Amino acid sequence: MSTASSGRPGFTADQLFRLLTAAFATFIAILFIVMLGVLWHESQPAIDKFGFSFLTSSDWNPVSNEYGALIAIIGTLLTTLVAMLVALPVSLGIALFLAEISPYWLRKPVGTAIELLAAIPSIVYGMWGLFVIVPIMADTVQPWLYDHFSFMPLFSTPPIGIGILTAGLVLALMIIPFIASITRDVFLMCPQNLKESAYGLGATNWEVVKDVMIPYGIKGIVGAIFLGLGRALGETMAVTFVIGNAYHLSWSLLAPGNSIASTLANEFTEADGKLYTSALIELGLVLFLITFIVLSIAEFWLHSTNKKRGA
Amino acid sequence: MLNSRTFRRQFINRFVLIISTLAALLGIVMLVWILGDVVLRGFGVINWNFFTELPVPPGEEGGGLANAIIGTLVMTIVAALMAVPVGVMAGTYLSEFGKHNLFGRLVRSLSDILVSAPSIVVGVFVYLIMVKTMGHFSGWAGSVSLAILMLPVVIRTTEEMLRLVPGEMRESALALGAPYWNMMMNIVFRAAKNGMATGIMLAVARVAGETAPLLFTAMNSPYWMQSMNEPMANLTVTLFNYAMSPYNDWQELAWGAAFLITVSVLCVNIITRLILSSGRSKP
Repeated sequence: MSTASSGRPGFTADQLFRLLTAAFATFIAILFIVMLGVLWHESQPAIDKFGFSFLTSSDWNPVSNEYGALIAIIGTLLTTLVAMLVALPVSLGIALFLAEISPYWLRKPVGTAIELLAAIPSIVYGMWGLFVIVPIMADTVQPWLYDHFSFMPLFSTPPIGIGILTAGLVLALMIIPFIASITRDVFLMCPQNLKESAYGLGATNWEVVKDVMIPYGIKGIVGAIFLGLGRALGETMAVTFVIGNAYHLSWSLLAPGNSIASTLANEFTEADGKLYTSALIELGLVLFLITFIVLSIAEFWLHSTNKKRGA
Repeated sequence: MLNSRTFRRQFINRFVLIISTLAALLGIVMLVWILGDVVLRGFGVINWNFFTELPVPPGEEGGGLANAIIGTLVMTIVAALMAVPVGVMAGTYLSEFGKHNLFGRLVRSLSDILVSAPSIVVGVFVYLIMVKTMGHFSGWAGSVSLAILMLPVVIRTTEEMLRLVPGEMRESALALGAPYWNMMMNIVFRAAKNGMATGIMLAVARVAGETAPLLFTAMNSPYWMQSMNEPMANLTVTLFNYAMSPYNDWQELAWGAAFLITVSVLCVNIITRLILSSGRSKP
């Protein structure tokens, strides 16, 4: 009756072990819910005061205590848009090169170099952007754009180096390695005999890529794109250095602006007053929700290709 | 007719091949460019003082970032001490018990999403739960926010490494009558030890370069660390402040800090790659 190890069935050491690991696994789910809850609770003053107009108002004025997120949201979306427009073709090109074109001896070193780019901390990108890219933008690229295209609203403000365009380019540089290395992995998953059948029918490299590899891996590629998008939306340091931190609504890519993350980085510690802090927290909540949705989409598509993540 | 069509196809093909080769070249050029600038502008700043002295006001000779280097090391290690046990246990659940059930899938997806979640929001969250309630910035808060960022990476790495352990090894242990927990401790963890250690090193290197979550938690300090219960100097926030300052000598120190961070992070990455690839070819 009193044998120790074979006690009641509900409580063996193995079940305890399983319960313990499950408890720790629950921890991350709880953490996520608590994070959402705390951000939601602490942004109540701003939500009560401004309601839905928080998202549509372009007033951001600590002096008159009026806060609207529109400029930061537009800044976030514009920098991300620029980044994606630049990063997409380049990363697809890199992935294609690594999976199909490059000689075998070159694949490992180039692939490793691209993955190492992803490991460099974002603050180094930001600082490098500020001291190296901004002067080039200010002296060469932006004046040229301004001289030739200033009739377009996109390039209608005088060139000053920093601004949405520069931030977008630095951001592009940051997400290229992520998208490129996942897309390469997806390309490599394409079965050899599928590709060979196409080659056997006389298809060129590009036709094999376009008609076999991309359709085969489209889910993974979409996942990779959304992962890059999620990273770009939430990136703070690379953007904060070069975006210019200005609060006025402008459609010009040459004008300084602000993103949600850069606003938080610059103003959160200095914010005095309950409403100001609460408005900043609501900005954080908005960013968290946007990236959560984008990253969930990425997770869905990547998961359906059964491929582990490159990062 | 056929010839012009073939020519067009060949032309498009060549065009795409050249473009994507150029894209790969661009990637390499950017890596060399960034690393080149960081090394050229940062290496000269590194000297003995850089590692041993406190920062000095702009304009004064000498001075280093010793307090920031220590702060970053301490906060990162404390963060790892918090995140690794939790992450390893949760990863164990995913690999052993939660492979296919709904809860396992949920935790797995959530971890994947949190790996890429914006780090600045984590900073805001830790500010609200720790800095605001305690009334002051602190090294503890910095460590907690780094730990939160590290956690999902540790979970997923642990899971992947445990799954690499062959099923036969588990079955042999179980067949000998070992209880499950005993089999995990003595067989599976030991077999996956190296892989888990390298994965954890990568996670540590990743958060060591984080800036955004420290801005509102550890903040920064010009002094030596006295305890973790006060604002704590760290390399990344110092880099940020110095690089944004108008003083030339501070900007130079910032390049030195960038050099130190980049080289450390890349070294850890390269070493772990070497270990992983040599381990994979053996069995």
